[in-house]
Amino acid sequence: MQHNEIPARHKSVSYAKWGYIFLIPFFLSFCIFTIIPLGRTFYYSTFEYFRSGLKTIGPTPVGLRNFVEIFSKADLGKYLWNTLWLWLLGFIPQIIVSLVLAVWFTDTRLHLRGQGFFKTVIYMPNLIMASAFSMLFFALFSDGGPINSAMEMLRMQPYSFLRNVAGTRGLIALMNFLMWFGNTTIVLMAAIMGIDTNLFEAAEIDGTNAWTTFWHVTIPLIKPVLSYTLITSMIGGLQMFDVPQILTNGNGNPNRSCMTIIMLLNNYMGKSKNYGYGGALSVILFVITSVLGLLVYYVLNTDEREERKLEKRSRMGGVQL
Amino acid sequence: MTGNTTAAAPVRHRQWTRARVLLLLKRILAYTVLILLSFLCLFFFYLLLVNASRNHGDIQTGFSPVPGAFFGKNWETLMSSTELPVWRGMFNSLLVSGCVALLSTYFSALTAYAIHTYQFRLRNFAFKFILLVMMVPSQVSVLGFVEMMNDWQWTDSFMPLILPSIAAPAVFFFMKQYMDSALPLAIVEAARIDGSPEFTTFNMIVLPIIKPALAVQAIFTFVSSWNNYFTPALIIKTKELKTLPILIAQLRSSDWLKFDLGQVYMMIALSILPVIAVYLCLSKFIIRGVAVGSVKE
Repeated sequence: MQHNEIPARHKSVSYAKWGYIFLIPFFLSFCIFTIIPLGRTFYYSTFEYFRSGLKTIGPTPVGLRNFVEIFSKADLGKYLWNTLWLWLLGFIPQIIVSLVLAVWFTDTRLHLRGQGFFKTVIYMPNLIMASAFSMLFFALFSDGGPINSAMEMLRMQPYSFLRNVAGTRGLIALMNFLMWFGNTTIVLMAAIMGIDTNLFEAAEIDGTNAWTTFWHVTIPLIKPVLSYTLITSMIGGLQMFDVPQILTNGNGNPNRSCMTIIMLLNNYMGKSKNYGYGGALSVILFVITSVLGLLVYYVLNTDEREERKLEKRSRMGGVQL
Repeated sequence: MTGNTTAAAPVRHRQWTRARVLLLLKRILAYTVLILLSFLCLFFFYLLLVNASRNHGDIQTGFSPVPGAFFGKNWETLMSSTELPVWRGMFNSLLVSGCVALLSTYFSALTAYAIHTYQFRLRNFAFKFILLVMMVPSQVSVLGFVEMMNDWQWTDSFMPLILPSIAAPAVFFFMKQYMDSALPLAIVEAARIDGSPEFTTFNMIVLPIIKPALAVQAIFTFVSSWNNYFTPALIIKTKELKTLPILIAQLRSSDWLKFDLGQVYMMIALSILPVIAVYLCLSKFIIRGVAVGSVKE
């Protein structure tokens, strides 16, 4: 019995039950608080069920009618479009600034001082209560607020931020940018620092300039992290709620241009109590986020797959030799 | 730069100076951008502090870059306000966030430990399942969730805000990654040989080893629960149980111009500053946590 395979198998049999036992809290909680409510939400999506004044209409089964009506009657298309716009307005500057900062921070030749200070400052807005941040912006940028009075002092035209579509969307994008660019910078920095420094040295010996190195060495090697950032930010963007909700007091004005889909869902659950539409909206949201989630899953597993492929190739190479 | 042939030396020297000028310009650009961005990040909080220390009349007359002398006064008015039970809100927020941080880190560690340590048939399935649901936001099931809480008569209670945090896929993922790098199975084996029961091994040996991961995740889950507005606003209706974000929203939806503006700013400062204070003490630690948690090794 010098072969140690048998005792090992014996061990795994006797301890396996603990694996199941330790998983119980997670799966129990997940089933009760997520799966069952999810089923119930989906169930509602096939019913006509809302309150009109003091009267409750339904629940009457209507099949997939809610899914059609939520686009035709409730203007979901417009709100999806708003959400996409607000996300892009914050995300595009965010990814550009974060990439540039991450490259600068990791550039050993540039050797920036005070990195600790800068990182601390730019990450800080990420931890701030979004609703309080939004309330602060509302107070500062309202008509006659401190920002407008400062603009007057500088002899600029006062601008009514919250009555203009561009102003309101701009403020929301600015807040989202401020809250997330520090986080993204740190993530991208970690990715760049994970690159084998030999590759940068090799590129330098080959005489590439900084720009070429960036596009042909850095970017391809941090692609998994970049796509991870993109997709998680997209999922976060779909969930955008606190900032526009507080800034516009839940109505998404001016002209509902800042009403996001989660704000709409919030309305269905609160003000209008339309559970049919709310359910349909949740199903749509679930489908979109699931697709995006699968993409993340794929991205996170790419490394492993590639490693395995490489291993296989080298083994095959070994045979050929 | 090692010594070369004499013919190449002048050329090399000229290139070197040009590169140096470029590097200097780049450095100036980098510092300018960084200072501007830092200014942008700090400016609004500075204004917040300034306005929290001025009285209503002063704030209405306009912008001022220097703090006033009414900080204490604003604090007192806010604390004695009956419309905004701030202390109560703070206590509620602390209680909920504290419990969430505790439950989600402990049970996520336990879940991660189960998958990290034991070989069982559904292990791979469980792991992949948790990874798959990691990205699905809680908003998609919130409608059924709130209805279910209505049926159970659990609205207006902290339970619906605390208990679901036992299943936190993102925290689990972080713990699993940390265990992969810091928890050799030999330690578990050694504990077994010494006769330690499995659950005791987890509590007494594994938890101390993964303490850094627990701390980082406790901070993050605490902050995200502290800042959470969507679900609490749908669950909590009673004034005494409201958390800070709900009070902020209430401030916004009331006819806010009638409010004492000094008090408004003080309220905002009060919800933001505790987190900032903790952050400034632990920033190095937190930033490292962000970097580790996001990138797969």
